[in-house]
Amino acid sequence: MSSYPLLSLAIWIPVAAGFVVLATGADRNAALARRIALAGATLGFLVTLPLYLGFDVTKSGMQFEEIHAWIPHFNAYYRLGVDGISLLFVLLNSFVTVLVALAGWRSIQEKVAQYHAAFLIMSGLMNGIFSAMDGFLFYVFFEASLVPLYLIVGVWGGPRRIYAAIKFFLYTLLGSLLFLVSILYLLSRSGSFAILDWHLLPLTLNEQIWLFIAFFVAFAVKVPMFPLHTWLPDAHVEAPTGGSVVLAAIALKLGAYGFLRFSLPVTPDAAHELAGFMIALSLIAVVYIGLVALAQTDMKKLVAYSSISHMGFVTLGFFMFSALSIEGALVQMISHGFVSAAMFLCIGVLYDRMHSRQIADYGGVVNTMPRFAALFMLFAMANAGLPATSGFVGEFMVILAAVQFNFWVAFAAASTLILGAAYTLWMYKRVIFGAIARDAVRARALTDLSGRECLILVLLACCVLGMGLYPQAFTKVMHVSVNDLLQHLALRKY
Amino acid sequence: MVTTAMFENFVLPNFLPAAPEIFLLFMACLILLVDLAVRSPRRGVTFTLTQVTLAVTALLTVWHGVTDLMPPAPGEPARAVLTFHNMFIADLLGAFLKTLACLSVMASLAYSRRYLDDREGIPKGEYCVLALFSTLGMMVMISAHHFLSLYLGLEILSLSLCALTALQRDNVVASEAAMKYFVLGALASGMLLYGMSMLYGVTGSLEITEVAEQVRAIYKMRTDMTVLVFGLVFLVAGLAFKLGVVPFHMWLPDVYHGAPTSVTLLIAAAPKLAAFAMILRLLVGGLSGLFADWQSMLMLLAVLSMGLGNLVAIAQHNIKRMLAWSAIAHMGFMLLGLASGVVRGGNRHIVLEAYAASLFYMVTYVLATLAVFGLIMLLSRRGFESDNLEDFRGLNQRSPWFAAMMLIMMLSLAGIPFFVGFVAKFAVLESVIVSKHYWLAVLAVLFSLIGAFFYLRVIWIMYCDEANENAAPIEASFADKTLLSVNSALVAAIGIFPQFLLNACGYVLARSF
Repeated sequence: MSSYPLLSLAIWIPVAAGFVVLATGADRNAALARRIALAGATLGFLVTLPLYLGFDVTKSGMQFEEIHAWIPHFNAYYRLGVDGISLLFVLLNSFVTVLVALAGWRSIQEKVAQYHAAFLIMSGLMNGIFSAMDGFLFYVFFEASLVPLYLIVGVWGGPRRIYAAIKFFLYTLLGSLLFLVSILYLLSRSGSFAILDWHLLPLTLNEQIWLFIAFFVAFAVKVPMFPLHTWLPDAHVEAPTGGSVVLAAIALKLGAYGFLRFSLPVTPDAAHELAGFMIALSLIAVVYIGLVALAQTDMKKLVAYSSISHMGFVTLGFFMFSALSIEGALVQMISHGFVSAAMFLCIGVLYDRMHSRQIADYGGVVNTMPRFAALFMLFAMANAGLPATSGFVGEFMVILAAVQFNFWVAFAAASTLILGAAYTLWMYKRVIFGAIARDAVRARALTDLSGRECLILVLLACCVLGMGLYPQAFTKVMHVSVNDLLQHLALRKY
Repeated sequence: MVTTAMFENFVLPNFLPAAPEIFLLFMACLILLVDLAVRSPRRGVTFTLTQVTLAVTALLTVWHGVTDLMPPAPGEPARAVLTFHNMFIADLLGAFLKTLACLSVMASLAYSRRYLDDREGIPKGEYCVLALFSTLGMMVMISAHHFLSLYLGLEILSLSLCALTALQRDNVVASEAAMKYFVLGALASGMLLYGMSMLYGVTGSLEITEVAEQVRAIYKMRTDMTVLVFGLVFLVAGLAFKLGVVPFHMWLPDVYHGAPTSVTLLIAAAPKLAAFAMILRLLVGGLSGLFADWQSMLMLLAVLSMGLGNLVAIAQHNIKRMLAWSAIAHMGFMLLGLASGVVRGGNRHIVLEAYAASLFYMVTYVLATLAVFGLIMLLSRRGFESDNLEDFRGLNQRSPWFAAMMLIMMLSLAGIPFFVGFVAKFAVLESVIVSKHYWLAVLAVLFSLIGAFFYLRVIWIMYCDEANENAAPIEASFADKTLLSVNSALVAAIGIFPQFLLNACGYVLARSF
């Protein structure tokens, strides 16, 4: 076990790098800003590697803990720690930040320093969310991380960016403000902000249900779950590629992570009580949103809806309360982080060349971009859940758990294998194969991947395949923590 | 014979506790005279003297607070000194608020310097002197221990500010604003006086502690409270007028909008501290026996202000008007702390925590307000008030630094973490939850959500929109930029490490009530 404050470094290195990038100022120093951003992101990723390597998979509870007094007036501490559930997200987030720094290399030519700074600062804040073990600290990171994403969508986004940004911000703020009231309530009940103390706090069923509803609004907006999802397609469509990548790969995971960290262990009885409702919403997301995805003509919107559908799988896994389903959901979250990031990056590659996201504007891309077509194929298959890709593992585990839980739930959930394949592969077919796009002049702009783009996509391809072939590397760190969580869930709190 | 009898009864009051006020009064008069001899239109001498006076007043207050009022050893009770026949009280709360009021007026004047230089219609010498008198009024209000001295301070403050608003003689909007301020202010003073006279009728005293004792006695005897409550209603209405909370808020947007921005800043920042002191002294100090009545009144005022303030702010195109409505909403939020302070069963510690939360809210609100209006003034130029939202379009392109400062302020006012506005909201919400008014907390956060929209709109106008081609370049002196940077840095720094200020607020309140 290392004595360095690794988690603090994982949070504050990107933030500090962000401010350094900001200090490079105007666009004439853009090249310098890009390099510093990449260096900062890479350094931020490197410091998270010892977290994985030094993680003791047999130990329950938090590891790499750091505790410092912060605001004694509120009894708030600077309290960090990771367990098997949050560790992987810190890694994923730091990894994705490197990709984002690379992805914005060419396509962002305006306000370069601010762009990279926003991503770096956001990355640090998100690491903070995943490693905060103090309710106050968690909330501070949770809400502060909205601001950079708001600016990313609002400044570098598409034509309707302001509408999308404000919708995103207000939706998520609504959730987090109710969350604020509930953590204040928990503070008044327990006298502490330590999340682990809340796990042990006895609460009546009535209290739990109210808290659960507040948590639900906060996290369901982020996930996003079915009736609260409408901000996501707007935000995705308008966001620049990097913004979509972070949104899909990391920001959506915050909601799901919140369910695991707060809803399930703090209000377990309410979770049992309302599991049926949650499962119903998850299945609606899987099936209905899957159908909606089928009807999309905009590639980004399609992937956005597919994200909602995949995240429905995650919440479905959580609320079946078995080790297999929760681990499956976690694997699905990580996998979705890789796959959705890759999908948005692929769309970004096309968009950089053609400045269109409409499926109808493309066709026969394979003729001019064979390398791209091959990599895109892999990610499309992973999105559809093909065995040997990461997309398969999580879905399979959740469906398996669902069969033990209830046949009809499993039946509905399994429909994703068909729907996912349908919308992804149909899109792939229309974009990559077929006749060459109508607009022949623009189609000539379709040059194959540059070295930088190739590097990004190959890195992701390795992750997708690696996770598909050897998921134990990911699941082994979860076992103990997931079992702890299930023990919590089994106890009555009142 | 008569004269000797008069002199026999005459006891010279202890002047020392009021030394800062006396010094300020003396200097204000002196500066008025000195200004006659100053010829330069910029009035550099007057200005410097004014700033020095305020600084010395603040130092005197701090010195007096530390040497005479702090408890001699930890654990011992703090001392409060009464003088002028119990009309004037010097205690830690007063010292704290007076120091901050002086600093805030200093900052306001420093921000206004160039703004005033650019505007020829405003006589600079009188401006400085009136600002000093308004500070004097605040200080008297803060230290009042008697209905009359409270009223005296309030009128000094209101009349100076009213004159300041009207100082630009040929400005129609400003004259209208001054008129509104004066008439509605007089109405509010009338209400306040009416309430006070009723209380006097029942209790037979104008001195706050004696009123408090009488009220408690009446409460215990369970005699008819009608007149007391009636008086309280008028008192609260008067206070609400001064604070600018719904439904007594009508003057606020017009005055904020109409007054020159430098005067708006003087009205918007420091007087809030004095108004807070007035509420504490009257309601908590004087009428704690009637807490159940004023608590529910404050709650109603708070909810209405947060609701209306946040909603109407959305419709504004002028940033000064928008900030006026936002001020209404913020004052509502601040009142939540005061309203939730009184818990049945009366745990003194919890009560004071709630008041401390409100005090913290007020202090930090003033801090952010200083920076926002300061920034608006720095963006203004001769013949151009940068007070429309349009004027902020694409500010990030024109000056990333200014945009970043405004970003910090807007986020702080919206209550987004890492900035002090969040901690303030958090502290108030905590006291609301502790006093078990859950629905109030939920309402408060929902209204904050609505409020977030118009702060975000400023951000998007600055960051997401393109600047006008013909927008003039932004010039600001190094000193102005430094001042604004320090102010913003404080907003961020106290937001991350609020412990010291939170403790200070709790400390002065616990030692004063």
